[in-house]
Amino acid sequence: MTGFSNMDPAIYARRKRANFIGLVLSMSAMIIGLAFLLWILAILMIKGFSALSFSMFTQSTPAPGSEGGGLANAIVGSLMIVLSCTLFSTPIGVLAGVYLSEYGDRSRFAAITRFVNDIMLSAPSIVIGLFVYSLVVVSTKHFSGWAGAVALSLIAIPVIVRTTENMLKLVPISLREATFALGAPKWKVSITVVLRAAKSGVMTGLLLALARVSGETAPLLFTALNNQFFSADMNKPIANLPVVIFQFAMSPYENWVDLAWGGALLITLTVLALNIVARVAFREKVSA
Amino acid sequence: MNTLTALPEAILQVRNLNFFYGSFKGLKNINLDIKKNTVTAFIGPSGCGKSTLLRTMNRMYDLYPGQRAEGEINFAGTNILDPKQDLNLLRSRIGMVFQKPTPFPMSIYDNIAFGVQLYESLSKSEMDERVEWALQKAAIWNEVKDKLGQSGLSLSGGQQQRLCIARGIAVKPSILLLDEPTSALDPLSTGKVEELVHTLKSDYTVVIVTHNMQQAARVSDYTAYMYLGEMMEFGETDQIFMKPARQETEDYITGRFG
Repeated sequence: MTGFSNMDPAIYARRKRANFIGLVLSMSAMIIGLAFLLWILAILMIKGFSALSFSMFTQSTPAPGSEGGGLANAIVGSLMIVLSCTLFSTPIGVLAGVYLSEYGDRSRFAAITRFVNDIMLSAPSIVIGLFVYSLVVVSTKHFSGWAGAVALSLIAIPVIVRTTENMLKLVPISLREATFALGAPKWKVSITVVLRAAKSGVMTGLLLALARVSGETAPLLFTALNNQFFSADMNKPIANLPVVIFQFAMSPYENWVDLAWGGALLITLTVLALNIVARVAFREKVSA
Repeated sequence: MNTLTALPEAILQVRNLNFFYGSFKGLKNINLDIKKNTVTAFIGPSGCGKSTLLRTMNRMYDLYPGQRAEGEINFAGTNILDPKQDLNLLRSRIGMVFQKPTPFPMSIYDNIAFGVQLYESLSKSEMDERVEWALQKAAIWNEVKDKLGQSGLSLSGGQQQRLCIARGIAVKPSILLLDEPTSALDPLSTGKVEELVHTLKSDYTVVIVTHNMQQAARVSDYTAYMYLGEMMEFGETDQIFMKPARQETEDYITGRFG
């Protein structure tokens, strides 16, 4: 380079080398992480793909020793539990997030709530399962799908509260002021305008919370238990994918092991689909 | 000589207003009258308190705990600084448009209808009329009449600001407060908004804060020059710009500082 007369070539060469080393180290780290991820997905695809068939969706879990069978009852059961969880946790989580963001900026109560919420975020799921067991299962005297839904809700709610509050806090103050300036009461400012402005972020948070709970096993072990037969009755033990996988994976029966891999693949694909939907459907549309 | 007289057509009277940000005194003993169906401009260097003064007029500072006002602001027979004042009702009568365009995340139609629905119940056709009227008044009807259902966010910056003005007009307030409404706009949009302010005078009273002196000279009937929280001079715009009474005013106007 001409005109760069006070450059020390040795320093320049050293900087270029350091740059290169930094690049190599970070790329290697990425490759290592990515490799394990892809390895997991590959194993799931290879082992689980053979179990993916029409009968997996139409037949119920087979009795020990019998041939064939499917995961229909577990799929339906999981869907019902996760759907109930959504219905419970969405209003509670979103409204709590609205409270913390819009009303709770300075109050002691809000600070304590936030703190407890953060603790709940990392509560061991098995502890939550035991809690719901002692609260719901023991008092109703049997395991049930509802108990399972409650347990999953207790895991989902802190996640939803956190993401909702964070998304709402990103909405600029100017939008709130503009709404107040028309004479709107505070609840209307919060729900009709601010929440709406943060809609895509909040929906993304919801979908990710759901993706998280759809694979939780420990809480369901103590609450929904499992059911060998097809049942859509949430008042009784109900089959679900995670517990079925738990039961089948280490068994000596080959068809059980195959079905376990199929179930694992199914859960993984569902989580993948939820993440893709969250990214694509709710991306911020760039304004003109 | 201060041209300050409480004339019968005063729609808003500020008396002995002091404003505090925590312990810092942002406004010192402000006294002025806003006259009905006029445009009053607040000018002054950054930090002089012109936005602060504007925001006391619709109690916008109430949203922030550390801020408080002492004194009186008389509007429609009551002191609006009274703690018992219904703030939502006040803000429906004294509207505000901000520096940054803030369309709501809804359709253009709903943007306008939102404010109206808060205090009036109109039939669908009445609401349609009101929306059209407001957008016409804001000189943006022709640009949006075919896309009322589209999101307010799909408009350009200048159009968004005119939408916000339409939104403020639609609820038919007595006073419209404009806080540097053209700072974030390009010259063409600025020109359109200034024309708009001129036509609003016949139905509304407008108070506009601007850091652009030429704009104040163009659009306003009365001008208040503020400096460091004090009202330095207040009078008819022509007089302030051509023959200011105080040396400080003349220094600012001629660009000697500020």
